[in-house]
Amino acid sequence: MPAIIKVNNLSKKFKKINAVDGLSFTVQEGDVYGFLGQNGAGKSTTIRMLLTLVKPTAGDISIFGKNLFTHRGEILKDIGAIIEKPDLYKYLTAFENLALFAKISGIKAEKSFLMDHLKMVELDERAHDKVHTFSQGMKQRLGIAVALVHNPKLIILDEPTNGLDPQGIADMRTLILKLSRQMGKTILVSSHLLSEIELVANKMLIIHKGRKMIEGKVAELLDPSKSVVYIETLNDEKARQVIIESSWQRYLQPGAKGILLKMDKEQIPVLISYLSQLDIGILAVKPTHSLEDYFISLTTPNNYVESSAN
Amino acid sequence: MWNLLQIELFKIFKKPRTYLAFAVIAAFIFLIQLGLYVNGKDWMMFMLGSLDETMVVDYNKLVNGYAVCFFVLNLLLVHVPILVALVAGDVVSGEASMGTLRLLAAKPVSRTSIILSKYFATAVYVFALLIWIAVISLLVSLAVFGKNDLIVAKTSGLQLIESSDVLWRYFCAFAFAFIAMMVVAAISLLLSTLSDNSIGPIVATVGIIIVCTLVSEMEIPIYQKYIRPYLFTTYMLGWKGFFYIGSTADGETIKGSIEYLPGIIKSLVALLVYIVALVSSSVFIFRKKDILS
Repeated sequence: MPAIIKVNNLSKKFKKINAVDGLSFTVQEGDVYGFLGQNGAGKSTTIRMLLTLVKPTAGDISIFGKNLFTHRGEILKDIGAIIEKPDLYKYLTAFENLALFAKISGIKAEKSFLMDHLKMVELDERAHDKVHTFSQGMKQRLGIAVALVHNPKLIILDEPTNGLDPQGIADMRTLILKLSRQMGKTILVSSHLLSEIELVANKMLIIHKGRKMIEGKVAELLDPSKSVVYIETLNDEKARQVIIESSWQRYLQPGAKGILLKMDKEQIPVLISYLSQLDIGILAVKPTHSLEDYFISLTTPNNYVESSAN
Repeated sequence: MWNLLQIELFKIFKKPRTYLAFAVIAAFIFLIQLGLYVNGKDWMMFMLGSLDETMVVDYNKLVNGYAVCFFVLNLLLVHVPILVALVAGDVVSGEASMGTLRLLAAKPVSRTSIILSKYFATAVYVFALLIWIAVISLLVSLAVFGKNDLIVAKTSGLQLIESSDVLWRYFCAFAFAFIAMMVVAAISLLLSTLSDNSIGPIVATVGIIIVCTLVSEMEIPIYQKYIRPYLFTTYMLGWKGFFYIGSTADGETIKGSIEYLPGIIKSLVALLVYIVALVSSSVFIFRKKDILS
């Protein structure tokens, strides 16, 4: 599969804050790529850089095999996006909003074409109502119609379920799966909720404080035969060094805070024994099973240990 | 660019706020016309003072459509910038506060064309506003009060412009006022690119106009020498120059002439320089801006 998005060593600094710090990842054609992180982790900043809303401090972005900054217009023609909440022109009707964005996207859309799009998101009956009369869910659906009106190859959804009720969240999930499976779209979807990503994405990246924590296939990360183990020792630095210099190194999860390894369950006692033999005092060993635990352990290891101890 | 301009115009003229300016202007002019219709002769006598002691004056003829329009413009063109700022100050910052700016800027259109289309759309709005003023203040006044010679007060005294020599001066005055209002629009646009809420740029534009007007008008030598020449407000009332008629050495007015054309040209050039500088700055800032709203 060809790479649709290729991000290399991307950074963005706002004054003294590193919002995104040396981030690299690749989204391939047909992927539903989950972009996961807590609030303030740098997801939205990364997405804004992908959409040329924010200029990177360093790094490269190529989309559809072309450099984003030298082929901006060409690339953006094939991207549809919802950036955080779908704010549209409230004093215009749903139809007018859709027609307006179709025109900006270079589409000469017939009325019937636009109505079909509104029908797809079940807004055809409210087509001529002003957006300020819409609920958050309806605005979100209209945002989806706007994002899809020019038939983009790549869809970027930044926290698409924010502010939605449970039914709205379920509808959004169904829509993402439909776009991927039936329409063959490549989708990058960000969220701070693992449960959402778990249900729709085939690959995911976890980001924390602007840095990549882990990237992989969701199925592999959820593989029940594997455990992700968080180990806390009296001397984490030494323990990490020992692991890096041994054959255990291949199980170590890059970028993670503390010592995080992914391995077969049977191997865990062997590793503990190995570390003990090297006089590394083990304080806690916690195998995690769900992606939620995994996510929490990656992003807040100290809190995780404390909550486990309790 | 044409697509974007159409879209910007569509957005401007779909906003109820846009029509507020048209309604305010209509109400204001109507009040003046009503007042002059009822007490126009008294007003003219008050304005001309003891002129009838030295010559025969028909005050009823002096209160005509041209005079009413001149009076309206003197009062109104000082306040139109507020109405221009109301729309121009909102074009970028309004979208930022509404959250639509990020949608717009993520589309395959350049940021330069976004800003320029917004400025050109504002120009169309300003043009429509001035046409509206012209229709109500000139055409309606001519229909109600009739056509006659226009008397204009200058610092050196009064001068009479023949009825047949007036209309073209109004065309020129409105064209000049359009350029002056586009400076206001450019200031608002620049402030709008710097802000994420609509109120700030609107209030700031009005504030700048008030301060600059006050400084321009102050008869303080240091201001007049070092500051006044660089203030846009110094040149904004240049439209009045079209109503100062040229005269011969023995005081005879010359039909179709302007007393000091270079002054008007200088004002126009100064205003155009302001427009170019302000719009270029807006484009530069907007191109560099991280859209975080």
